[in-house]
Amino acid sequence: MSGELKVAMGRRYKFSASHRLHNAALSADENREIYGKCNNPHGHGHNYVLEVMVSGPVDAATGMIANLADLDAYVERRVLDDYDHKSFNEDVAAFRKMVPTTENVCVDIFERLKNFSQAKLERVRVEETGNNTFEYAGDANEEPNL
Amino acid sequence: MVLLTRKIEFSAAHRYDNPAFSPEENRRVFGKCNNAHGHGHNYTLEVTVAGEPNAVTGMVMDLKDLKDLLEREIMQRMDHRNLNVEVPELAGKIPTCENIALVIWNLLEPKIPAGRLHRVRLYESDDLFADCYRATTANGNGSTRQGSAVKR
Repeated sequence: MSGELKVAMGRRYKFSASHRLHNAALSADENREIYGKCNNPHGHGHNYVLEVMVSGPVDAATGMIANLADLDAYVERRVLDDYDHKSFNEDVAAFRKMVPTTENVCVDIFERLKNFSQAKLERVRVEETGNNTFEYAGDANEEPNL
Repeated sequence: MVLLTRKIEFSAAHRYDNPAFSPEENRRVFGKCNNAHGHGHNYTLEVTVAGEPNAVTGMVMDLKDLKDLLEREIMQRMDHRNLNVEVPELAGKIPTCENIALVIWNLLEPKIPAGRLHRVRLYESDDLFADCYRATTANGNGSTRQGSAVKR
C-alpha cells in the first residue's frame, strides 16, 4: 500500500454546439480526405457531455472537496456560456486558430478551468457522441495556451 | 497489469447538515440537500481491482469473492438505509459522495490483497460522482496527474 489516499469529484455537464473540421492551410481535397463528412461546408453539431474531475482535501465541515454550486457556476461562466448553442468555428475565439476537433475542445476547456480556486483540476473528459470520448489532463511541459 | 471492475447499486437516504452551523448557514452551504427530512439516491458503486491474471485461473481476483465482499461490507451496511443515522462509519461526517467513497475505500482496502484495490468510484447520480484512489509516485504508472497527450 503506497501513495497518499486521494479523493476526486467528477461532475458532468451537457452542451450542444456545431463545428466544421477544416484546416485552411490544406487544400479542399485534402480537407475532404482527412475530415470526411466532418468537413461539410455548412457544419454539423453534437450534444456533448463534459466531465470535469477536481481533487483535493475533503473539508471536514462540509464533507466536500469543493462546493458544487461554486463549481457549477464556474463551469457555467468559463465554458458553458461560451459553448452552449454556439458554433465553435464562428463563436469561440480559440477555434479561429485551432481545428475544433474534440481533442482541441478538451485542451481549450482545460485551459479555461485550470485556475479553479477551490480544488485542483485533474482532467476534463468530453464525449462527442456516446461512441467517441476524449480526455486531457494538462501537460506539465507545455507552454500555457492562453 | 489488468483492471477488473465490479459494479453494484444501492439505494439510501441522506441529509447534509452540520450542527456547528446555524440553520441559515446550513441552507446556504448545502441548499436543498439540507432538507430537514432528508432525501435519497440510487447510488452506483464501481470497485476496481488491479493485478496480473493468475496463471492457473486466468483471474485478477475471483469475481465471486469480490461480489460476496461487496454484499457483506457495502450492501448490508448501506442499502435501504439512512446514511446519517444507520452507518456508524459516517457518524459525525456529512454523507457527501466524497465521504461515502472514502468510507467504502477504508472498508474494502483491508479486505482486498495488499495494494490491489485500484479505485472506488461512487455515483450519486449520472452527473455527480467521487473517486478514491492512491496517488502513484512520480515514476509510477497510471497517474492521473501525468496524462500528457490528448488521446482518442
